[in-house]
Amino acid sequence: MSDLKRTPLFALNTELGGKMVPFAGYDMPVQFPAGIMKEHLHTRAAAGLFDVSHMGQAWLHLDAKGGHDEIAAALETLVPGEIKALKPGQIRYTLLLNDEGGIRDDFMVSRPAALEKAGTLFLVVNAATKDADFAHIAASLKGKAKLERLEDRALIALQGPKAAAVLERIVPGVAAMSFMTIATFTWERAELFVSRSGYTGEDGYEISVPGAMAVAFARVLLSDPAVAPIGLGARDSLRLEAGLCLYGHDIDEQTTPVEAGLTWAIGKRRKLEKGFPGADKIIDQLFNGAKRVRVGIKPEGRAPAREGAEIVDASGAPAGRITSGGFGPTVNGPIAMGYVRADLANDGTSLSLIVRGQKLPARVVPMPFVPKRFHKP
Amino acid sequence: MTTKYTKDHEWVRVDGSVATVGITAYAAEQLGDVVFVELPAVGRVVEKGGDAAVVESVKAASEVYAPISGEVVEVNTALTDEPAKVNAEPTGAGWFMKLKMKNATDLTDLMSEDEYQAYVKGL
Repeated sequence: MSDLKRTPLFALNTELGGKMVPFAGYDMPVQFPAGIMKEHLHTRAAAGLFDVSHMGQAWLHLDAKGGHDEIAAALETLVPGEIKALKPGQIRYTLLLNDEGGIRDDFMVSRPAALEKAGTLFLVVNAATKDADFAHIAASLKGKAKLERLEDRALIALQGPKAAAVLERIVPGVAAMSFMTIATFTWERAELFVSRSGYTGEDGYEISVPGAMAVAFARVLLSDPAVAPIGLGARDSLRLEAGLCLYGHDIDEQTTPVEAGLTWAIGKRRKLEKGFPGADKIIDQLFNGAKRVRVGIKPEGRAPAREGAEIVDASGAPAGRITSGGFGPTVNGPIAMGYVRADLANDGTSLSLIVRGQKLPARVVPMPFVPKRFHKP
Repeated sequence: MTTKYTKDHEWVRVDGSVATVGITAYAAEQLGDVVFVELPAVGRVVEKGGDAAVVESVKAASEVYAPISGEVVEVNTALTDEPAKVNAEPTGAGWFMKLKMKNATDLTDLMSEDEYQAYVKGL
């Protein structure tokens, strides 16, 4: 236990009664005294504060002189996303791919709005993969770009329908931001990188704050009666209801963007030009289809089917496996996602899930399980 | 009537030859909000220490073990629609099943209320 890392919010998490568990090498709160159910519902009704400081933040700087086109071209050799067309202040969800088209990680890339940051991108990657990601990016782009890891920064997510009103009172100007944009603000002389983004299906923000200021900033947010601290448990049920992939579970090195249903993350121009790892395989799957695909699955009874549960088709033949499954507090019932044979991927297809040796009836359903409520200007 | 406890946080309340089984307040608290309970079929014979039921929270599924051997004579069907009763009244309305006790000696190695409270304190 002693070798677990701590985020700048560790002391606050424990003070708030967080039940701490090891996660991606960090000592993180899985829940607070309210419990996963109440934390989940609170986030959908008001605003939840999440410590996501374990995630990896970094600048990607161009080595030589140049601007956005050059740094975007460098990153595009590793990802299938349209990075060149990012406007100043725009964020994109993209995928770090391996040479077989498998997903090394899914992450957020932003083009800073500030002119002096021209030729620089801001990356936020998953905690469990950050060391491998950054080593891979640094090695692959050697001579073209350099990574600058921001280890002294915390990352706080504020998610929910009241997030904008709450944050606007503390950081004036944020309410005017559009979804998937980033801007720099100052709070108590600290520089904040505020992204209007998140992973709950709700409107909200992810705020990069200097580690030394993180507790003070979180306390100001928590002093608003609309805000409650939320643990990893509810973060997981929120993202599952939103139909979003959890890296290492729903996507990994053995799944391609097409199989994962993430083809929207492949830029149009990129499909024509290729020039990203595994492009031939991925383009082939785009045209000819993948053998298995990720789908939403609704068990028909009350019993949840968890990660790893086997899926069989109507004839009882193997059809795939659940990759995320549990109880959706907002749905008020069990929900899951998993990979099935392509011929079983249509909405409404009847399947059975093998749970404790019994066949539970289920069907393929569209995702998200709850409507997304992102902010549209 | 005596109530005895297991190290796996089940309780068993014996009334004549029938024993009512549930999970303790400590277990319910550790699990968090219960969202689903799978109960055994009436008539099934369970073995002391063997699987008897499953209780699921938002996060995970946990086994409930039979504290004693016996035949299931009744299950708390109210938990199917209201699994939250397990959190609200773990030792009352949140009971799981009633067993027709096979061996009264099954009770001897279980903990008393005081012993269980001391055990939980040490966790």
